[in-house]
Amino acid sequence: MKLVTAVIKPFKLEDVKSALEAFGVHGLTVGEVSGYGRQKGHTEVYRGAEYTVDFVPKIRLDVVVSDGDAADVVDVIVKAAATGQIGDGKVWTTPVDDMVRVRTGERGPDAL
Amino acid sequence: MPFDFSKIDTGNTAWVLASAALVLLMTPGLAFFYGGMVRVKNVLGMLMQNYVAIGIVSVLWVLVAYSLAFGKSGFGGFAGDLHQFGLGHMGEQVAGYQGPLAQTIPPLVFVAFQLMFAVITPALITGATADRLKFGAYCVFIAVWLVLVYAPIAHWVFSPEGWLFQRGAEDFAGGTVVHANAGAAGLAVALILGKRLGWKKDPMRPHNLPFTLLGAGLLWFGWFGFNAGSALGANNLAGYAFVNTNTATAAAMLGWILVEKLRDGKPTTLGAASGAVAGLVAITPAAGFVSPMGSIALGFIAGALCSLAVLLKYKLGYDDALDVVGVHLVGGVAGALLIGFFGTKTVGGANGLFYGGGAHLLGIQAEAVGAAVGYSFVATLIIAKVIDLVMGLRITTDQEREGMDLVLHGETAYEMGGTGGGTFAGTHGAPGSVAITQHSTAGV
Repeated sequence: MKLVTAVIKPFKLEDVKSALEAFGVHGLTVGEVSGYGRQKGHTEVYRGAEYTVDFVPKIRLDVVVSDGDAADVVDVIVKAAATGQIGDGKVWTTPVDDMVRVRTGERGPDAL
Repeated sequence: MPFDFSKIDTGNTAWVLASAALVLLMTPGLAFFYGGMVRVKNVLGMLMQNYVAIGIVSVLWVLVAYSLAFGKSGFGGFAGDLHQFGLGHMGEQVAGYQGPLAQTIPPLVFVAFQLMFAVITPALITGATADRLKFGAYCVFIAVWLVLVYAPIAHWVFSPEGWLFQRGAEDFAGGTVVHANAGAAGLAVALILGKRLGWKKDPMRPHNLPFTLLGAGLLWFGWFGFNAGSALGANNLAGYAFVNTNTATAAAMLGWILVEKLRDGKPTTLGAASGAVAGLVAITPAAGFVSPMGSIALGFIAGALCSLAVLLKYKLGYDDALDVVGVHLVGGVAGALLIGFFGTKTVGGANGLFYGGGAHLLGIQAEAVGAAVGYSFVATLIIAKVIDLVMGLRITTDQEREGMDLVLHGETAYEMGGTGGGTFAGTHGAPGSVAITQHSTAGV
């Protein structure tokens, strides 16, 4: 199993969710996060005083999939999240040792 | 002199009572206007200072402050005498209000209306001192300040017994007494307190601009009571004050965001709210003395001027956190002086420079606002310094990092998502209640 993690632009969440559903992914965990990459932050001006804001709002999305699906799921997310502009985010995968469905106690790929 | 209760006009009385309630609402409005601008760890500290001003000033007003402001001149003309201590002698006319000034509302209604002005004036100061003023020291400060600064200045300018009133100074609803006064005092306390930790280095962005705009809206609404209520009657003068207040506020909002568009590239919501408040401040002294056309000019000038004045602190190096100087001192002084140009007899008061009255009125206005600002600044410096020496005015560095909400009040403003955790730990003081960890309140 693989954990696919993506950090994307907040307004792209719906597109990514729809694309994953169409692919056949049936569960998703998302959270609001802040961060920066090459995009860096932005500036805001309050009563003429300028502040740099280093961490910009992003959505972090986690989904565990089978080893065979991982590469495709990454492609699906990348395609759906892309705008071509700087700040589109990143997607990466991590190996997962084990997994349990809390309600039934099923383990491993059965819990997906 | 006994008040002639047969002269009471019920329409006037109803309007002034309603106006008093409108003006009360301005202080919660101010609390949210300021509260939205501070960082998330200090929002309750800010709201609390504003709300407790209602508590402290209301009690002191009944006890002594009303009498000191509106009693017959005593103490060598410095303030009113103590004849109305504890609101005694309410069957007598308010000192000096006779002849053409004779009131048609019960003296007690005048007391209620003026109380609300006394409440918001010290509350205005909290914008300058945001994020670092100790709560206990603040409570002592506003009590002393109300008696030694607000009451005397209100006496000089508002009371017909006062020396500036008798010189012909015009302050319709408190540009000098409320705004220039609070602005000068805010500067004084901010200087004694020193700058916030990390000022001009750390991000100190407003944490909730919708609150700030909501607060500005409540201020705008309540301000109709402040200004149109100051006609002390439901009459044509109140109509002028109402229209002028709205017009100047609108023009000032436009003036502020125009400057922003030209200077910063984008008009901001904070600028719109700030411009509106700057306009409200500037029209306050002038509401019953200028024409609606004059109020457009006055408001626009005030909005543009204040949008530039808020940058002074970065040049001069004082941390007036939420721009009480830039908005209330500058706006209040500008409004008071602009009467000297735009004042017109056709509305009320004397003619200013643009209406053939020469520079006479402008001179008197400058004298009055100069006396009030000078006295307020010096007296407040002394009061703040003495309180600082006796009990300390500023929270500790650790407390300031932690934030006022938790350190001073043991509360958190926002519970988002319910993941705070913890357990119920019993109640305080009830028989058989669970022992509760006493958190340190040292220096609070």
